Amino acid sequence: MTQTSTEIAARVGEILTAHEGMEGPLLPILHAIQNAYGYVPRDALPIIAKHLNLTRAEVHGVMSFYHDFREDPAGKHVLKLCRAEACQAMGADRVAAHAQNRLGIEWHQTTKDGRITLEPVFCLGLCACAPAALVDGKVVGRVDEARLDAIIEGVR
Amino acid sequence: MKIYVPRDAAARGLGADDVAAAVLAEAARRGVTVDLVRNGSRGMVWLEPLLEVATDGGRLAFGPMTAAEVPALFDDLASHPRALGLTEELPWLMRQTRLTFARVGVIDPLSLSEYEAHGGLVGLRRALGMDSAAIVAEVTDSGLRGRGGAGFPTGIKWKTVAEAKADQKYIVCNADEGDSGTFADRMLMEGDPFTLIEGMVIAGIATGATRGYVYMRSEYPDAIEVMTEAVAIAHKVGLLGASVLGSGRTFDMEVRTGAGAYVCGEETSLLNSLEGKRGVVRAKPPLPALQGFMGKPTVVNNVISLATIPVIFERGAAFYRDFGLGRSRGTIPLQIAGNVKYGGLFEAAFGHTLGAIVNDIGGGTATGRPVKAVQVGGPLGAYFPPALFDTPFGYEEFGAKEGLIGHAGLVIFDDTADMLKQARFAMEFCAIESCGKCTPCRIGAVRGVETVDRIAKGDVAAIPLLTDLCATMKSGSLCALGGFTPYPVMSALTHFPDDFRPAMKEAAE
Ligand SMILES: Cc1cc2nc3c(=O)[nH]c(=O)nc-3n(C[C@H](O)[C@H](O)[C@H](O)COP(=O)(O)O)c2cc1C
Ligand code: SF4
Ligand code: FES
Repeated sequence: MTQTSTEIAARVGEILTAHEGMEGPLLPILHAIQNAYGYVPRDALPIIAKHLNLTRAEVHGVMSFYHDFREDPAGKHVLKLCRAEACQAMGADRVAAHAQNRLGIEWHQTTKDGRITLEPVFCLGLCACAPAALVDGKVVGRVDEARLDAIIEGVR
Repeated sequence: MKIYVPRDAAARGLGADDVAAAVLAEAARRGVTVDLVRNGSRGMVWLEPLLEVATDGGRLAFGPMTAAEVPALFDDLASHPRALGLTEELPWLMRQTRLTFARVGVIDPLSLSEYEAHGGLVGLRRALGMDSAAIVAEVTDSGLRGRGGAGFPTGIKWKTVAEAKADQKYIVCNADEGDSGTFADRMLMEGDPFTLIEGMVIAGIATGATRGYVYMRSEYPDAIEVMTEAVAIAHKVGLLGASVLGSGRTFDMEVRTGAGAYVCGEETSLLNSLEGKRGVVRAKPPLPALQGFMGKPTVVNNVISLATIPVIFERGAAFYRDFGLGRSRGTIPLQIAGNVKYGGLFEAAFGHTLGAIVNDIGGGTATGRPVKAVQVGGPLGAYFPPALFDTPFGYEEFGAKEGLIGHAGLVIFDDTADMLKQARFAMEFCAIESCGKCTPCRIGAVRGVETVDRIAKGDVAAIPLLTDLCATMKSGSLCALGGFTPYPVMSALTHFPDDFRPAMKEAAE
């Protein structure tokens, strides 16, 4: 579904109004826009910039600094696998390689059918039941190859 | 029948929601009324989901539970295959000194009445009767040092902010908890969020700050949910707002969410992020205590530092200070993680040796293989070999061994770990997460990965290059991301030299 610029202007305008009076509102605004669209549409940047008295480049600069914000839509489901040390100690590298093989994609890519985006994450705070994953915002512990296959089946 | 099933993310990641649903379904099937409480975790992650049933004799523990084993709970409790006995008598809990985590896993995290019934708000009420200088002195006397990693005395930080003159001051809670192997902040916020709120209110009253922010990492959706709800409840009942508990003192706070940048755990980067800027590290001075959020005097403290304040005011500075070792006073929530048999959160006075933590408390590796190394203090912490297991857990003690305790996370590796690979990862992580402000970190980390790759290919001459590079990063970086990445790299190289010499590696295989 493509959003026309007028639709975006209206929705972003509402979000900006909802954040009126906040100290340091830019990150909350970007989060709200990403919650609404699944990514931050390019057309939203000049509107935010004008409202906050920044340049478009400044808003883009902030957005691009953070791993969370997307410039383009993700797949229907987002699978984040922890790559950090506690998970490494329990075989996270092996599980990640399995995921990449199964899905036929690398980190940050989306399967051809648009179903699954695979992303690395550095610690989910589930380090005592590693390896850990986040599937569409839901945590999963002790992810081995079998559990990963079940996750992938579950969101297909 | 009152049943507890944790809502803690680790418990959920291991199936707690299915267990909770099974409890409700079975109760409905049998026509039994069940009061289901979604509590925090007791910290014994290997037993999660840990279900508890309240009885006249105390709470009985069952774990690790599965949905399929729930119906049997409605028959004879004592003969249930997962029965562990009374929770309070489980050895892992009995060996602890739970001060900061006293209520975590015990109460309903969002019940203010249960919070108060278990000692909550006693500390704040006491602080409300004290003047600023007396509150700060109490914190200083407790010996509390920042639990975020740097170990700076909390009382001294508060004093600076309290004495600064400004029309607006802030309390910022650092809940970015990015270190691998750490989850104490998460567990506290999911299991007892009012403790953090109470600690922040006391900080506000002590320093004259009337606004607070909790900066939480986006990787913690469950904690964000609980914390946000707790703040709303605190507003509703007047624990936050224009007149805290009717005292006439103002303190208000808000939850904010980061956006997936490790460096935003560094306090000045965090402040930039909170202001809506790129999370680039600021040069110090000026100290955030004098020019922090929006250029105003700001206390930046870790979740555990702030959440320990209430118990200090409830039981007194001397009570807290009497626990510990050397200049490390009080208790520390050890987070035992990675390849470990009994992983979880264990709060104890400082002073246990590393070996006792890994082998006695943690029970050694989950795989049953020998322990090869333990990374202490997150991705910027050193890898300790078993030869250093006599090191007592304390700030200075770990510093003396070229390491750090950081946020007190311990990640255990068995003998299949390749320490060259771990050194490479430390450099790679630094390269990915660098804020880009200084060259030794931004460029050095990329060179570091290349240099480790050369060593992996058998180029032993690259080893001194790696050592030099680490020295440059250590001395030439503005913050600890670039400055401490040499700890894991150099400790891997120093303690596990064989892993850096391919010929020896092959011979060993
Ligand atoms: C790269 C980097 C990451 C950090 N991450 C955190 C963090 O996630 N949480 C935290 O409390 N402190 C973190 N710190 C330490 C903070 O800069 C700061 O010392 C701390 O928030 C102060 O609070 P405390 O005195 O209560 O520990 C980090 C420091 C660096 C250099
Ligand atoms: S050491 Fe790295 S993360 Fe820290 S200020 Fe320099 S470039 Fe930024
Ligand atoms: S290191 Fe993977 S969850 Fe913490």
